[in-house]
Amino acid sequence: MTRQAEFRGALLDAAAPRPAGLVDGQGRPAGRRYDVYRNNIATSLGEALATGFPAVAKLLGAENFKALAALYLRAAPPDSPRMMLYGAGFGDFLEGIAQLRKYPYLGDVARLEYALRESYHAGDAAALPATALAIAPEALLAARLGLAPSVRLIRSRHPVVSIWAWNMAGGAKPAGGAEDALILRAEFAPVPQVLAPGGHEFLSALRRGETLGTAYDAALARAAEFDLSPLLACLLAGNALTEWKEESP
Amino acid sequence: MLDDNRPSHGLPAAPGVGYKPQHYAEIIADAAPVAWLEIHAENYMGDGGRPLAQLRALSERFAISVHGVGLSIGGEGPLDAGHLSRLKHLCDWLHPASFSEHLAWSSHDSQFLNDLLPLPYTDATLRRVCAHIDEVQDVTGRQMLLENPSSYLAFAESTWDEPAFLDEVARRTGCGLLLDVNNVFVSATNLGFSPQAYIEAFPLARVGEIHLGGHDEDEDDHGAPLLVDSHGRAVVDPVWALLDHTLARSGPKPLLIEWDNDVPGWPVLRAEARRAQDALARVPARVPARIPA
Repeated sequence: MTRQAEFRGALLDAAAPRPAGLVDGQGRPAGRRYDVYRNNIATSLGEALATGFPAVAKLLGAENFKALAALYLRAAPPDSPRMMLYGAGFGDFLEGIAQLRKYPYLGDVARLEYALRESYHAGDAAALPATALAIAPEALLAARLGLAPSVRLIRSRHPVVSIWAWNMAGGAKPAGGAEDALILRAEFAPVPQVLAPGGHEFLSALRRGETLGTAYDAALARAAEFDLSPLLACLLAGNALTEWKEESP
Repeated sequence: MLDDNRPSHGLPAAPGVGYKPQHYAEIIADAAPVAWLEIHAENYMGDGGRPLAQLRALSERFAISVHGVGLSIGGEGPLDAGHLSRLKHLCDWLHPASFSEHLAWSSHDSQFLNDLLPLPYTDATLRRVCAHIDEVQDVTGRQMLLENPSSYLAFAESTWDEPAFLDEVARRTGCGLLLDVNNVFVSATNLGFSPQAYIEAFPLARVGEIHLGGHDEDEDDHGAPLLVDSHGRAVVDPVWALLDHTLARSGPKPLLIEWDNDVPGWPVLRAEARRAQDALARVPARVPARIPA
């Protein structure tokens, strides 16, 4: 085993014996001096996770979250020096924890928070002005539209946006029911909202490169009452629509 | 080895601070802000949004130092080519006045451990660190500064002392050095050597930047003081004194206040930078050719 493999071996496991050959200034065994590195890693990554998932942290409580962060660190150590990517699999991890089965929405709340972070760091794009859609209806239905890189869609069996808002933005206590989430970043601050039924189908079709007409049909197939105008107005106001490009979004 | 005509570090010999986004509005509104700002490279490796927009705006007013915390220069494995390429991209976009990294490792088998882990000072480590620095300087096309670490322990197999090791790395690769005087104080306390003697042995002519930061106090198994480089509080008086000891020998250098945890309001950070300015004001413009140790 190499020196660093040996040093690495006990860093994430406080019960593992400390590596040999580490000394203090007088040549005595380093003992708990090694634990400074263990603590730095556990603390900094625990804090990074709590910062990245404030609603999950609030739902679980600080102590529970800390314990779960320690488990997550051992299950899935970061694989990149970019801390903005840490926690990508946290939602899946939470769903795999038996003791959390009575909180089945936690995974989706984590996915929503990670998607907000992705949106925050996503690339900038030139948004279409409202006038771009002021064309003849047949031309509009034949058009393809791009979505800005900061747009995120999340489908949930739970009231994921309402749970998030209840914890983060002082919203009302959610009653229940499924919610499709849409995240838009008009300038720099990503904001989640609930999509009306059919909206998720519409935006998924746009993202696949379907024409606006085909996307509209997909939405109507899901919800006969689907109304396109308010969604388009919302997307324009959120700087979410871009010119269609073959490789976009 | 770098050619001598490659761009060198260009930070002003004045105080700067580690940039925190929560200070953005106050820094922009400050009539007499600091001369330069340091950012952690990894926080600006997204594709866009607020972080890059703010950084672009700041770079129009301030000299910027890019400080990497994730390259794992001392790692046993090869450097992460993707990460190095992102670093080059950031530097090509930002044109920073300086780029620096650490004498440490932080990645192993594609896991990133988010800490600056220690190295034995051996000939094998020296060759590996030099090869990695050559690669960084070749890929980015710029000179880098290498920072001395905070030490909590030592390796029984080490054969070099730290100032001599850093001097040899700089001599072989042409890199500059970043001297963190708080790290010197922390390591000296933890390992029982004289921080003043360390400074006197350090190749100060190679130093392109000096770091100052706060530390926490703990103790080891024998009840001896164990200082932890936490960057979570003000710089302590003995570290300011060590800075004076350094500047009297090195002459004026770019000074950075690092405060990364429990980050205070802008006025507190600004006051620390003023204290660094006072330290620079005490330095004679022309340093005596030789100061007795």
